[in-house]
Amino acid sequence: MAEKVLMKGNEAIAEAAIRAGCRHYFGYPITPQTEVAAYMAKRMPKIGGVFLQAESEVAAINMVYGVAASGKRVMTSSSSPGVSLKQEGISYIAGSDLPALIVNVQRGGPGLGGIQPSQSDYFQATKGGGHGDYHLIVLTPASVQEMADLTSLAFDLADKYRMPAMLLADGTMGQMMEPVLLPEEQVHTVAKPWAVTGTQNKRPHNIVNSLYLVPEELERTNEERFARYRQVEENEVRYESYCMEDADYCLVAFGIAARVSKNAVDALRRQGIKAGLIRPITVWPFPKAPIARAAEQVKAFISVELSMGQMIEDIRLAENCRKPVVLCSRAGGMIPTPEQIMQTVMEQNGGND
Amino acid sequence: MTTQILIAGFGGQGVLFVGKFLAYKGLLEGKQVSWLPSYGPEMRGGTANCSVILSDTPVGSPIVSKPDVLIALNLPSLDKYENAVVPGGMIFIDSTLIQRPVRRTDVTAVAIPVTALANQMGAPTLANMVMAGQLMRRCDAIAFDHVEDALKKVVSAKHADLFDINRKAIQTGYDYAD
Repeated sequence: MAEKVLMKGNEAIAEAAIRAGCRHYFGYPITPQTEVAAYMAKRMPKIGGVFLQAESEVAAINMVYGVAASGKRVMTSSSSPGVSLKQEGISYIAGSDLPALIVNVQRGGPGLGGIQPSQSDYFQATKGGGHGDYHLIVLTPASVQEMADLTSLAFDLADKYRMPAMLLADGTMGQMMEPVLLPEEQVHTVAKPWAVTGTQNKRPHNIVNSLYLVPEELERTNEERFARYRQVEENEVRYESYCMEDADYCLVAFGIAARVSKNAVDALRRQGIKAGLIRPITVWPFPKAPIARAAEQVKAFISVELSMGQMIEDIRLAENCRKPVVLCSRAGGMIPTPEQIMQTVMEQNGGND
Repeated sequence: MTTQILIAGFGGQGVLFVGKFLAYKGLLEGKQVSWLPSYGPEMRGGTANCSVILSDTPVGSPIVSKPDVLIALNLPSLDKYENAVVPGGMIFIDSTLIQRPVRRTDVTAVAIPVTALANQMGAPTLANMVMAGQLMRRCDAIAFDHVEDALKKVVSAKHADLFDINRKAIQTGYDYAD
């Protein structure tokens, strides 16, 4: 039987990607995700894969674009400033309807920011980031186990819907070690008739492209893409619900913020305050339905984030202004404490009773 | 039961390594564990710290802000974290490098000259593991077992020759009684 091993989150991503059949990695070092590249540098040459440290993040994402066009599983990873540099390439990959995995182990921003954990790239990840109408499937791990599991899932979903997926982690998730049961080696069998693999003079050329100068044609490609996005929204929403059955207060948090929030929920319940947590595992598509359902029941929502308040906008849209939504956050690399979250909930509790 | 451990010292004192040892030991005992290092510039010559949580139930936040057990390997670490320890908790200090006693009276303070003991056994870089030995002697939540198996996990193949001296350092710490 497979054995649990103690691994850093960043290493778990890399090993899970290899087990998901990824044999092409292009990247550029940046704290706090460098272990992904280091792991790939060590492993890829031994298994006939490609590890390439590009001259820049821009080059790396365009190498990803190229391999993706050939139908092979491919990924890049970086941290916030590096992911900003990749946005042009991500838009091209989305515009060419190609699957790929982009990992963002976030750090504080804007600008060069700092190197401590953050969730302030939420807008960039979920609302576009690059130009044009497009989405990424965005998965947010909250444990080292999920760093591995969601990496596998991201490759599968990207293939299935022919779109890039992003693993949106943070410095804590990247750097921490936890026991992890690594996924089995998988052979992916999604047919990719669109891949540019050489025609052998037996079929017409496949063309991978994001340029459409005829507006009617470009509109049509956008509409087709959004029909696929609607399927993703219908089928691929993932979240965890914790102590929500009788909750009066609903914390909403992902990643490290969700881990801290769980402590706060437990501590609040010990004091007789009924708190619960909805933890989005996909932030695009966002778990709108469970938030809307919770709005029937709870007195208030508390968005717990490592940012100045970004996901809070999606919560408000989902619950449709029925209940107050308040922010509990730290920024710049700081992490909210359970006590800060409890304080925010108790302020709401005082206001309502 | 959940034991939250904070280990702090200078970069280079093996803060992260001893944390990893304790985490692996917990894993081998069937516990839920997490290990979270400080990372970045402070690791290069400044202070380094590491949060380790050992628990019978799933670990929530991996960040230890109120430790049950503090291991301070230098004075700045003791100054910074002494007041964070929960009442009834334990503070272990390296009395070779820390000249002042623990001021808290509501915790169990253990002062052990781990740097001097490590120097005496000719392994000056293993004060961290001497401390781990003493920790296992004094702290009920961290038993003196699975030591060799955990060491095998954290001493890399490249440094296999250092296994025995690590084991000896742990024993030295475990045997120390003042």
